[in-house]
Amino acid sequence: MSPAPLSPAAATAGRVRRGEQRARAVVEEALEAIARREGELHCFNEVTAEAALGEADRVDALVAAGTDPGPLAGVPIALKDNLCTRGVATTCSSRILEGWLPPYDATVVSRVRAAGAVIVGKTNLDEFAMGSSTENSAFGPTRNPWDTTRVPGGSSGGSAAVVAAGGVPISLGSDTGGSVRQPASLCGVVGVKPTYGRVSRYGLVAFASSLDQIGPFATTVADAALLLEAISGHDPADSTSLDLPVPDLGRAIDAGVAGMRVGIVSDFLEGASPGIRHAVREAADALVAAGAAVEDVSVPTLLDGLDAYYLIAPAEASSNLSRYDGVRYGLRVGAPDVAQMNARTRAKGFGEEVKRRIMLGTYVLSAGYYDAYYGQAQRVRTLVVRAFEAAYERFDALLAPTTPGVAFRFGEKTADPLAMYLSDLYTIPSNLAGHPAMSVPFALGEDDLPVGVQVLAPALGEEAMFAVAAALESAAAPGSRGPVPAGAAVVGR
Amino acid sequence: MVVGLEVHCELQTKTKLFCSCPAVFGAEPNTNICPVCLGLPGSLPVLNERAVEFAMRIGLALNCSVKPSVFHRKNYFYPDMPKDYQISQYDEPINVDGYVDLADGSRVGIVRAHMEEDTGKSTHVGRGGRIAEADYSLVDYNRAGVPLVEIVSAPDITSSEQARAYVTELRSILVATGASDGRMEEGSLRVDANVSVRRIGVTEYGTRCEVKNLNSLRSLGRAIEHEAARQIELLESGGRVVQETRHFDEQSGRTSSLRSKEEAYDYRYFPEPDLVPLDPPAEFIARAGAALGLLPAARRERLSGLMGGENNPAVVEQVATVVDLGLDDLVVAAVAAGAEARLSLARAANEAAQHPAEARALSAATFAALIGLEQSGTLSATQSKAVLAELLESGGDPAEIAARRFRGMDDSALSDVLDGVIGAHPAEWARYLEGDEKVAQFLLGLVMRETKGQANGKAVAEALVARRSS
Repeated sequence: MSPAPLSPAAATAGRVRRGEQRARAVVEEALEAIARREGELHCFNEVTAEAALGEADRVDALVAAGTDPGPLAGVPIALKDNLCTRGVATTCSSRILEGWLPPYDATVVSRVRAAGAVIVGKTNLDEFAMGSSTENSAFGPTRNPWDTTRVPGGSSGGSAAVVAAGGVPISLGSDTGGSVRQPASLCGVVGVKPTYGRVSRYGLVAFASSLDQIGPFATTVADAALLLEAISGHDPADSTSLDLPVPDLGRAIDAGVAGMRVGIVSDFLEGASPGIRHAVREAADALVAAGAAVEDVSVPTLLDGLDAYYLIAPAEASSNLSRYDGVRYGLRVGAPDVAQMNARTRAKGFGEEVKRRIMLGTYVLSAGYYDAYYGQAQRVRTLVVRAFEAAYERFDALLAPTTPGVAFRFGEKTADPLAMYLSDLYTIPSNLAGHPAMSVPFALGEDDLPVGVQVLAPALGEEAMFAVAAALESAAAPGSRGPVPAGAAVVGR
Repeated sequence: MVVGLEVHCELQTKTKLFCSCPAVFGAEPNTNICPVCLGLPGSLPVLNERAVEFAMRIGLALNCSVKPSVFHRKNYFYPDMPKDYQISQYDEPINVDGYVDLADGSRVGIVRAHMEEDTGKSTHVGRGGRIAEADYSLVDYNRAGVPLVEIVSAPDITSSEQARAYVTELRSILVATGASDGRMEEGSLRVDANVSVRRIGVTEYGTRCEVKNLNSLRSLGRAIEHEAARQIELLESGGRVVQETRHFDEQSGRTSSLRSKEEAYDYRYFPEPDLVPLDPPAEFIARAGAALGLLPAARRERLSGLMGGENNPAVVEQVATVVDLGLDDLVVAAVAAGAEARLSLARAANEAAQHPAEARALSAATFAALIGLEQSGTLSATQSKAVLAELLESGGDPAEIAARRFRGMDDSALSDVLDGVIGAHPAEWARYLEGDEKVAQFLLGLVMRETKGQANGKAVAEALVARRSS
């Protein structure tokens, strides 16, 4: 008999706050659940068990002293390993950050801690968040708990997989072109990319600064909302952080979708697998049943986003990753002079995909090419924003597939970078526009693997987005979302 | 010769441009650093509002238009630069299109004055001290992220003297804005020169070379002279000037090639995504303008006006010196308190100028009182200078110092000396009594000699007249 899966975060926090359950017990249970499948799944770069138990004791001490530890009291949380944690290795799954211990916590890390959550470890990712399968990790891939011959998606594969596997109820990832939503869809969990500026990027190791946003994973829409509320809000340390009140997402969920106008992005259906197309159609029906007005809308410009993204993101990355030069921290490969030391360090420290993107980005920013590539990409980005704006004149939110297909097998796309890049075709436009979007597990598709549907909303439209997401969740097919009961995973569907 | 100068000016903010580390010179290496100015992974810049205000003050003082601006990343690998890119401004700088009027009446255009962050500082250890020969290098990041304004002049400068005059004037302006301490020797002000030559009458510019490492006005002048001479010699011997960056060697007084145009970095500028565009409200710019004190040109004009608009080169030079040393407020206030203008100016430009810091601390009333004593003849010029020297050294009251130091003020002592002189020279005294005024000078001189210059000439003359008529 398998142990009961962890309660969702909100319920756990409630029990811990009321003194009905000790945070230590919650965390011990999570650490056991993680340990049971970690060898097989490799969700983590590091499990910080000892520190987690210490943190749990601190939460329990607060409760004992009559102090409320916060809305995530005692809830175990996993962090993508590109979020800086003071004194705990932050590797970005890259050799180049070998041995580096950040002297500071990312703002989101301080915030989840302040909300009472207990950090259990740092999760695996595609190196520097560049990838869609977690196969680009220098420390080996993470496996999908639904089928361990398949990828969990990426780049936040570890954070998605550990929630899907029942290791923790919530985790944080980062989403530059779909790196939260795509693995959420492939792992059958909820994944959110907030409006750009909603969540501070301070302490998130930058991939593409104008696109990066930190976002939550959870097994339920309500838990994702709880975590998003905890990490949102203005941060003076991030100049691009928005100085706006944190929305009350719980109330938005309760408000429902009656009277809302939702558009189905028909352009995104054409390239999606039959199972995914079917899931989106069923999702639309569910929204109609819940009282929303739903119709198809064609926004073909959004498909141009992919090309713009693969110029802008590498351009910014080529600059952001320059600092890994062997001079100050991380890996250093010795050489007779500083230029060769830089070159050798970077040659050894970075993986293939990272190098590919640095070269691409360096090229598109080069004198004589800037306008044709980077400049043109920025113009396309503006067109994507305008296309969204036109759609949002008629709709409160948009519905679309998150990914073109279900979780793919290891190695299936590694030989063909373009095929891999296409996994992000439907998620990228929201990053380019800075809009919120989320993936909600809704159905089982090909090979009985989970399918998420994507809800997109205009900038600052998180309330409408969560209302739609909650409506979809309540109509989702049974068994279509994590946590996957231990032992239920089928190898090689 | 055609010269354009790029002047990097460190701003005197308390903290760095993008973090709250102290921006101070001379601290222990790597003590004023944090994740942001070290460019640690995940860190983000936050713009220092005070630095923006200082940059605007500089722009306004240089007669620039202050514009909405954008920060860019200037990408190149350099161990002194923690992020391996510098946050700078590129095609949308904060200040554009200004000018500086020099004391000689010439005008140098300002193309732009933009904001950027400073780099750290390397020390190359072992053998030559230059990177190629070093055994290893140490980097101090205290300076990394210190705010700079880079002031780019138009190629309006035509001689090394004018280049020096421009930098001198610019330094006074920068100090006057309160944005800079203007210390070249500490690197607060660093100059690169773009030098080209062309035949007289030719309007097209020649190929230019950029000369770096100009750490003093002297180096600036020498480097420009040498570089222009080198280019002329090259052209006259049938060669061609190659566009490149050259290094000035202070010891040899020569420039040598650092890197060619082909080796020049491709900086891959693009807008800094971690910062938002800078578009300060008009009130903010107005506040920066209101904070500007009187600028050197206006100060010179004010002082020159007090001198009756005198064009005499000696006065013009004294005015320039006094303004340059920040002593013009003292002179203006002393004149307002009744001191004679030209005399005040002369004492300020010649004597007070020897100890400018002390002189700036002198009260206008004290200075005016001293000038008053000299004006009335109570003190001779020599005595007045001596009193001023003591005032600057240890302070005090001019009348008291004069009374203590110069016995001429003491009637009975003077009377004794006079008795002695008359007794020793009865014939001369008799001629004086008969009305020979020329002898008065002789007798006065004797008294002065007897008192070792301590007596007051006017008092002695009066005493002589009093004796004759008694």
